[in-house]
Amino acid sequence: MSKLSTVKAGDALHEREFKPNHVQLFLYNAALWNAHRIHYDTPYATGVEGYPDIVIDGPLMGDWLTQAVVEWLGEDGTLASISYSNRTAAYIGEVLRAGGTITSVDADTGKIELDIYIKNEADEIIAPGVATVTLPTG
Amino acid sequence: MTALLTPELLSHIGNASSPREELVTRRDIRKYSISTDQRLKKYLEGDEAPPMFHIALFWDVVEMDQLKPDGIPVDALVPKFPLERAMAGGSVIDYHRKIYPGDELVATRILSNMFEKSGRQGPLIFCEVTMKIETAAGEPVITQKITRIMR
Repeated sequence: MSKLSTVKAGDALHEREFKPNHVQLFLYNAALWNAHRIHYDTPYATGVEGYPDIVIDGPLMGDWLTQAVVEWLGEDGTLASISYSNRTAAYIGEVLRAGGTITSVDADTGKIELDIYIKNEADEIIAPGVATVTLPTG
Repeated sequence: MTALLTPELLSHIGNASSPREELVTRRDIRKYSISTDQRLKKYLEGDEAPPMFHIALFWDVVEMDQLKPDGIPVDALVPKFPLERAMAGGSVIDYHRKIYPGDELVATRILSNMFEKSGRQGPLIFCEVTMKIETAAGEPVITQKITRIMR
C-alpha cells in the first residue's frame, strides 16, 4: 500500500507481465458481448483484415494499465483519471508488460501523476498513457 | 489529403443516444474480473467493480442481425464512414464514484468529434464518443471519451 510520505517522482511501479491466450480473449469478449471477429476468428483476422494473428483487445490493455496503478495505489488511494492510446496492435501469443513511473507528487493535496505503459517483447511502448491518483494527506 | 469526412458526415457531431440503464450484478463483476486477470480479492469476489468494468456493462447488446460482417454492432449514433476497418484508439476516463453490485447506472453517449489523419498505411478517421455514466439519482460515476479509428 502506497503512502504519500514515501512516494516521490521517479519511483517506478512494479511491472506486471500478461500472456493473453485464446481462452482469456474468449472470456473477455464474452463478458463484453463483443463479437468483433479480429479477436477470435483467425482466418478472418489474417485473410480479410490483414493482421498477422488474432488481435488483443485495445480496452483489455487499458484495463491492465488500471491494474498496474490500482495495485500500486492500495486501498487508501483513489484513481481519479486515466488516459491511454492504443498506438500499436498486439497479437495472441505475445508477452506484454504493464507498468509506469511517478512523474509528480503534490504533498499538499495528495495528487500524484504517473506515466503508464504497455510494452511488448521488443520493449516498445505500444499503449502509452497517464494517470492521476490521490492519496490521503493526513 | 482527400477529405473523407464530408460536411454531411461532420453534421453528425453532437448527436446523442437515448439514456440506457443497466443493473450491476456481482456475477457480471466476477466474470469481468476473471477475464481481465484481476488479482485483488474485492474484484474477484464481486464486492466492487474494477475501473474498466463499465466497458462491459454498457457494451451494446444487439441481436445477431444487427451485427456487421466484421462482428461489430451497427451503431445508430455513428454514421457510415468511407473507411470500414475498425481499431481501438484509446480512452480518456474520469472517475467520480466507484461501482458496486446493486447499482443502477444510466449511460448517455454523444458523438463528440471526428477528424482525419494520415497513417503509415493510408488515411485514418478518428471517431470520438463521450459516454457519461450516472446513478439513477443523477450522481456522476464515470465520464469516458472513447476513440475508435477507422482505416
